[in-house]
Amino acid sequence: MTLDSKVPSGPLADKWDKHRFDLKLVNPANKRKFRVLIVGSGLAGASAAASLAELGYDVDCFCYQDSPRRAHSIAAQGGINASKNYQNDGDSDFRLFYDTIKGGDFRSREANVYRLAQVSTHIIDQCVAQGVPFAREYGGTLANRSFGGVLVSRTFYARGATGQQLLLGAYGALNRQIHAGKVTMHNRCEMLDLVLVDGHARGIITRDMVTGKIERWAGDAVVLGTGGYGNIFFLSTNAVGCNVTASFRAYKRGAYMANPCFTQIHPTCIPVAGEHQSKLTLMSESLRNDGRIWVPKKKKDTRPAPSIPEDERDYYLERIYPTFGNLVPRDIASRAAKNVCDDGYGIGMSGLGVYLDFADAIQRLGRDVISQRYGNLFDMYERITGEDPYKVPMRIYPASHYTMGGLWVDYNLMSNIPGLHVIGEANFSDHGANRLGASALMQGLADGYFVLPYTIGNYFATEHQEQVTTDHPAFGEVEAEVKGQIDRLLAVKGKRTPASFHKELGKLMWDHCGMSRNAKGLEQVLQRIPELRQEFWENVSVTGAGMELNQCLERAGRVADFLEFGEVMAHDALGRGESCGAHLREEYVSEDGEAKRDDDNYCYVAAWEYQGDGKEPALHKEELVFENVELTTRSYK
Amino acid sequence: MKLTLHIWRQKDAQDKGGMVRYEVDGVSEHSSFLEMLDVLNDGLIEKGQDPVAFDSDCREGICGMCSLVINGRPHGPWTATTVCQLHMRAYRDGDTIYIEPWRAKSFPVLKDLIVDRSSFDRIQQAGGYVSVNTGNAVDANCLPIGKPAADQAFDAAHCIGCGACVAACKNASAMLFVSAKVGQFAVLPQGQTERKERVLSMVEQMDKEGFGNCTNQYECEAACPKEISADFMRMMNLDYFKSSATTS
Repeated sequence: MTLDSKVPSGPLADKWDKHRFDLKLVNPANKRKFRVLIVGSGLAGASAAASLAELGYDVDCFCYQDSPRRAHSIAAQGGINASKNYQNDGDSDFRLFYDTIKGGDFRSREANVYRLAQVSTHIIDQCVAQGVPFAREYGGTLANRSFGGVLVSRTFYARGATGQQLLLGAYGALNRQIHAGKVTMHNRCEMLDLVLVDGHARGIITRDMVTGKIERWAGDAVVLGTGGYGNIFFLSTNAVGCNVTASFRAYKRGAYMANPCFTQIHPTCIPVAGEHQSKLTLMSESLRNDGRIWVPKKKKDTRPAPSIPEDERDYYLERIYPTFGNLVPRDIASRAAKNVCDDGYGIGMSGLGVYLDFADAIQRLGRDVISQRYGNLFDMYERITGEDPYKVPMRIYPASHYTMGGLWVDYNLMSNIPGLHVIGEANFSDHGANRLGASALMQGLADGYFVLPYTIGNYFATEHQEQVTTDHPAFGEVEAEVKGQIDRLLAVKGKRTPASFHKELGKLMWDHCGMSRNAKGLEQVLQRIPELRQEFWENVSVTGAGMELNQCLERAGRVADFLEFGEVMAHDALGRGESCGAHLREEYVSEDGEAKRDDDNYCYVAAWEYQGDGKEPALHKEELVFENVELTTRSYK
Repeated sequence: MKLTLHIWRQKDAQDKGGMVRYEVDGVSEHSSFLEMLDVLNDGLIEKGQDPVAFDSDCREGICGMCSLVINGRPHGPWTATTVCQLHMRAYRDGDTIYIEPWRAKSFPVLKDLIVDRSSFDRIQQAGGYVSVNTGNAVDANCLPIGKPAADQAFDAAHCIGCGACVAACKNASAMLFVSAKVGQFAVLPQGQTERKERVLSMVEQMDKEGFGNCTNQYECEAACPKEISADFMRMMNLDYFKSSATTS
């Protein structure tokens, strides 16, 4: 099967307008005859559910949390980009496009990224109309700040809780449609499989997480807005419930998984404190606007930070990257932190940490200004570590945060399975090999508010399918498989907890498929995962029963999928014989230690097709074509 | 450190439930309260016993999913802190800790420490939004909003919908929660068109869900992990009376 990106022809800036005109429309009176099943209620899922319902479609929306308001988009702190150029500092659609595609190290599609930049301004308008309380200047206009990897101020924010405010805006829009009867919301309801009829995505199988009941849902299209798979590493900044199950089950039903090795390790997280740790907490990248990152010049220096004199500190980002300094993109900042720690300059008990210091900023701007900008982050840091960042520098270290890879989609956000659409972090489309700060919120809302509502109609209008009900035999078959897996998990009755397998897998992936990778380590991963999986199915302890609220069973099912997905990731990382963005292969680095991209051989999207359990997935390539930007070496020096 | 825990166990919504005693050892002072429960649960699962069910997700104080009453206080002893961010530094070796679910008629227990808060969603569905379809918006800077109003709106909008306010209130009143959403839109120009209908329908739904009335004790404000001010309740009362008086 060839991968057709369906990118429209014509000049870059005109593609989306042209495409919107070319897309077939559904008669307004007919829209209510189409049922859309949306899985996930984060920024992408909630905005899509609300917008599709406003258009007249019948929508069912599913989330595993007890309320759609709790989806993990809520935790995004820093901000959302838009090319408004309100600051008159030279921003434009093209500059946002260029920064994003360069930030992604030229491994994303030009047309998708340009469209993202074009609709970014509408997102801000929409959110303000909903009453999202963005930060403002005294004159009443919107405030902006700068973020890593760019030299303009285009980030809109709401203190340190931008994701919360944007999600609550989308949640409000969703609630309005629930109230109007156009969206039926299913809380505490987890998708466990995808149902295909005649090759089209026509339904899902879910588990009611309160009663344990397995249910069938039929629709005219399925939309996955199920987020990323960062929890493959066990420790990440994701919510503890985030998982790959919905995407992975779609993969096993034939959807291609694209660039799974592109995982973002965020530079500014609170370091690991011990074995008990269940998650890592991000300290927003916005802190790098005012904080300075440093380590002592002396190895294993145990003096308290404030007593280390200025000339004995290495502000290594400012030293290596004088142009961008502390605002280099995430992949570069993370790698630099790893390098100084690997060389023995790391701070804290574990030696895996660097300082993020606000002393200069507090002296320059005053404590009040810093507190206005970052107060809630400083408070959060103190609660977790017991240290006061107004007095001593924060200790930070990189952690798994976001996954650029995901299910393959075309320009219409449809996967290679007709009818299966994938939006937000769950798809692979816009961030290439590295995502710039404040662009995840932008993409989630772009997909849900301004892209999918147009493109899904074209699918309904051009690929007419017969009505199906949940009585169709395909539903029975998939449901039986889902029930079979649950019974198998409950039947093992072993000794180890699902979490212990998750931790072991996470460490394996972090060590060999994390911030830097090499062929030997990746081959080790591919050898070790099947052994771990076998042990899981022989020795996992899943307590309780299927037909009840059973968190142990939920966890076990998610870990089972991670134990298979890890292999796909490792295959992808091994197959990509270059370094680009967040994917650093130790074999491919320049003399000064920077990533060495190989545009002659790897300028493609790697889309993996499931071939059966235990078999190596098949690789399909979507060649990336760049007509509007020159593929330069990414330099932030 | 070594701790004695008394935890509410309840098989399902029908079960009567009761406190069960557990001992945990080797708890790190650096771990969070929920990580301490993870350790307890790992031990139970290894023995083939049913772990303690409790809600949590983001574990960084913003999703509002976690919901434990610890020694009688929703979210435990630290101010402005959800239970997922409460750390074991707050306790001493040998302490005895009582852990219960949110207790309110409108938050029925589903299992152990997990309650059903869908009543909160239904209140929001009754009017907690500005009715604007996607695509209708004008340029964002066409609507200047003074910084003080924007800041005040944020203060209200920061509510995470956890329900600690209800759990802390002797009347199980949801006034603080409802007033946070009503207040956010009351101070913003975008909220004015539907201001009257919003407060009336959200309060009506709140009453329908069986939440109690406010008797001005402000336990809610003290328990709120996001420090939502009780001023918003005063604002809502005023709005409600004005709207009732001027709506036929």
